[in-house]
Amino acid sequence: MSTTLKNLTLKIWRQDGPNGAGRFDTHVIDEITDEASFLEMLDILNEQLIENGDEAVVFDHDCREGICGTCSLMINGQAHGPERATATCQLHMRKFSSGDTIVIEPWRASAFPIVKDLMVDRSAFDRIIESGGFITAATGGAPDANLIPVPKPVADAAMDAAQCIGCGACVAACPNGAANLFTSAKISHLNLLPQGQAERYQRVENMVETMDEYFGSCTNHGECEAACPKEISIDMIALMNSDYRKAKVKNRKALSRT
Amino acid sequence: MSMTIASPVLDSKTPDGPVADKWDNFKANEKLVNPANKRKFKIIVVGTGLAGASAAATLAELGYQVDAFTFHDSPRRAHSIAAQGGINAAKNYRGDGDSVNRLFYDTIKGGDFRSRESNVHRLAQVSVNIIDQMVAQGVPFAREYGGMLDNRSFGGAQVSRTFYARGQTGQQLLLGAYQQLARQIGLGNVRLFNRTELVDVVTVDGRCAGIVTRDLMNGEVTSHAAHAVVLATGGYGNAFFLSTNAMACNVTAAWRAHRRGAFFANPCYTQIHPTCIPQSDDFQSKLTLMSESLRNDGRVWVPKMAGDTRAPADIPEDERDYYLERLYPSFGNLAPRDISSRAAKRAVDNGQGVGPKQNGVYLDFADAIGRLGADVVRERYGNLFDMYERITGENPYEVPMRIYPASHYTMGGLWVDYELMTTIPGLYAAGEANFSDHGANRLGASALMQGLSDGYFVLPYTISNYLAQWLNKSIPDTSHPEFAKVEAEARDRYHRLASSDGTRGPDWFHRELGKIIWDYCGMERTEAGLDKALSEIPALYEEFRRDLKVTGGEFGLNQTLEKAARTEDFFELGMTMCRDALERRESCGGHFRAEYQTEEGEALRDDENFAHVSAWEYTGDATQPTLHIEPLVYEEVSFQTRSYK
Repeated sequence: MSTTLKNLTLKIWRQDGPNGAGRFDTHVIDEITDEASFLEMLDILNEQLIENGDEAVVFDHDCREGICGTCSLMINGQAHGPERATATCQLHMRKFSSGDTIVIEPWRASAFPIVKDLMVDRSAFDRIIESGGFITAATGGAPDANLIPVPKPVADAAMDAAQCIGCGACVAACPNGAANLFTSAKISHLNLLPQGQAERYQRVENMVETMDEYFGSCTNHGECEAACPKEISIDMIALMNSDYRKAKVKNRKALSRT
Repeated sequence: MSMTIASPVLDSKTPDGPVADKWDNFKANEKLVNPANKRKFKIIVVGTGLAGASAAATLAELGYQVDAFTFHDSPRRAHSIAAQGGINAAKNYRGDGDSVNRLFYDTIKGGDFRSRESNVHRLAQVSVNIIDQMVAQGVPFAREYGGMLDNRSFGGAQVSRTFYARGQTGQQLLLGAYQQLARQIGLGNVRLFNRTELVDVVTVDGRCAGIVTRDLMNGEVTSHAAHAVVLATGGYGNAFFLSTNAMACNVTAAWRAHRRGAFFANPCYTQIHPTCIPQSDDFQSKLTLMSESLRNDGRVWVPKMAGDTRAPADIPEDERDYYLERLYPSFGNLAPRDISSRAAKRAVDNGQGVGPKQNGVYLDFADAIGRLGADVVRERYGNLFDMYERITGENPYEVPMRIYPASHYTMGGLWVDYELMTTIPGLYAAGEANFSDHGANRLGASALMQGLSDGYFVLPYTISNYLAQWLNKSIPDTSHPEFAKVEAEARDRYHRLASSDGTRGPDWFHRELGKIIWDYCGMERTEAGLDKALSEIPALYEEFRRDLKVTGGEFGLNQTLEKAARTEDFFELGMTMCRDALERRESCGGHFRAEYQTEEGEALRDDENFAHVSAWEYTGDATQPTLHIEPLVYEEVSFQTRSYK
């Protein structure tokens, strides 16, 4: 059954634009039921702000089912807040207590510049996918879907990697602002499958090098795995590194033959 | 008004020949554009969900110049991503009697004989190509130990034809289509405009000449000209405010096209999904769907006694009513969505509802856990059970889930012909944004099928049939005065909204509007209720115009302003929805008029007077649009009373 939380203090990062000076605004929520989601609390706050003639707090969100990856937010310094394996949109107020002070910030990473308030620009992720996060299979002419059997353990492992929602929590949690978990999840998904073999080494080389243009380097802290709402394993990073090393040899050999 | 006279304005362009040959006949006779000439054509694709991303990627592969627009930060965020259960295809990998004809028939029957036969047959035909295509792209569908693809069954079908990727099929398919699109963006064949929203459609000399967009980052209004425009902008389920749609889903693109001359078909056909988590509070922002696949193993029940507040475990077996199994023995818990939804509403209206607000019914897995063990149930539904627990704080392995119907999908949409072209030449609508394939009710796992069918396998063929005539002819560019005029109107509109200085924000109005539409144009509709809605919505709209408050200004990123504009379009849509529901004096699929039901409370269709598509033309007053009729002529199937008993 629901209970009511009282007297929550929110410290929310506000920033007018990419180059504006940021500040924390403080708001007090007198009462809210613990059935409310975290973002519903922000919705209610925003309605009050608008009615008082103030600007609503800008934040990214959409599906509110933890799958589209649009929502972000550092909550008390943790990417997506305190609940394990949960995106901000699925976090509910029952995880907090009356009298709590909650600090809400945008993702903190130089590859994700702040757009406004709590919204950041994650398009560097798209650039990584564009550089190789696909299997070239133009529409039409695909062979029958059962022609190439995929062993269940392989399909399951690919699916474990493919679950990534592209939210960027891994980058925000990483002390280096590295995107290795995101990049390796896509590489592992495609490189594990038989359909992905033809471009396997080209893919890993291109994606890793695009990643390096935007993001910091991985030093195996493991913060990414802990922050990931889909619990994607850092084993994916090992797979990526292994394929990248092989690619450096194989691709050079392939080049020398042409 | 005579209901059976076909409108001369609506030409479905259905190809000749028997239904099974129509698509082949179309392809054999259509006009093509040769590969070297394709680069001379510019195509705009608005929306990057399944339909939009697959269309943009495929058109670019073919060699057209493509500009893709999304209001999200990335094409991968589109709401197709949230589909859970699966995608249908007539592969017959189970050998259980499936075929193109059976999927075709199931879809027609599921749609309660209110869809266009030729389109549905084509959908069933290309369904098999979709699975091949998505597997080739690396979608990690569920597999059996031998490596072959696995299938599950879904509501409204007696075969197992649904392919799935855990409970995240929509995500995996969308990412597949997004990756194809990303490849084309990387190659420079598609220009991506992200965080950019369509705010109007431009027509010149009766053809679609392009679009006007607003950059959500800075409020800048810009024109884009093209040879053809594809709207793949999704459905309008958020008209109800509370729905399973994502927060930003809206009708703006389709509605703006409607205002410029595209007819809007069957807006009253909305799907209420039976398995959503019941509303817990008034400020709730959205409802969460629990995949219909749960009904494969969960049993739906309510206490026999009204007002029974005992804990579910304390209610003995013989005091429970497993009403779907009782009423529909051959389909049981897998009865189609509209039927299951209404049965749940009847139970709750009878006072048999469960949960703190008595606004739900149980979906109980105790038997499945007893039969299969918790591990098998976890393997099948683990992520859904976890999601349920996160939202409700209850553990569904121990207590039954509580579910209740919610708005989920809209079968209505922009009227399109066989080639997916709207009534504005050169303007196409694909995926949920069009009305074409699901009739009055959509079967589970068919939305993903339709989105990908339209984008991968239909539009890339049909669009050349229109483009061919424009080869080496000049089309108006953005310097044409019509673009300037439409741009100015858009600027004025956003200026007006941004200067609104009343007392209430857009969400308040959207919520109140949603309540009216849900109460009178939701699961059950009556003439009196719809009349009431048609006076209440315009009154609330007046209040919106007078009392809306928007802060944050016209320029720069302003989410409040975005919401205000989208809410305004929902007002007009709501009026036309209610008008459509009022004029359709029958019950069919998702449209249930209380006056038209059997003694047992089932929908009573009227094939004599209403076997047609109602396509509405905008007149300036959304409560009084002009009706155009496209009769539905069935050559292959014959009308049957839909029975799932």
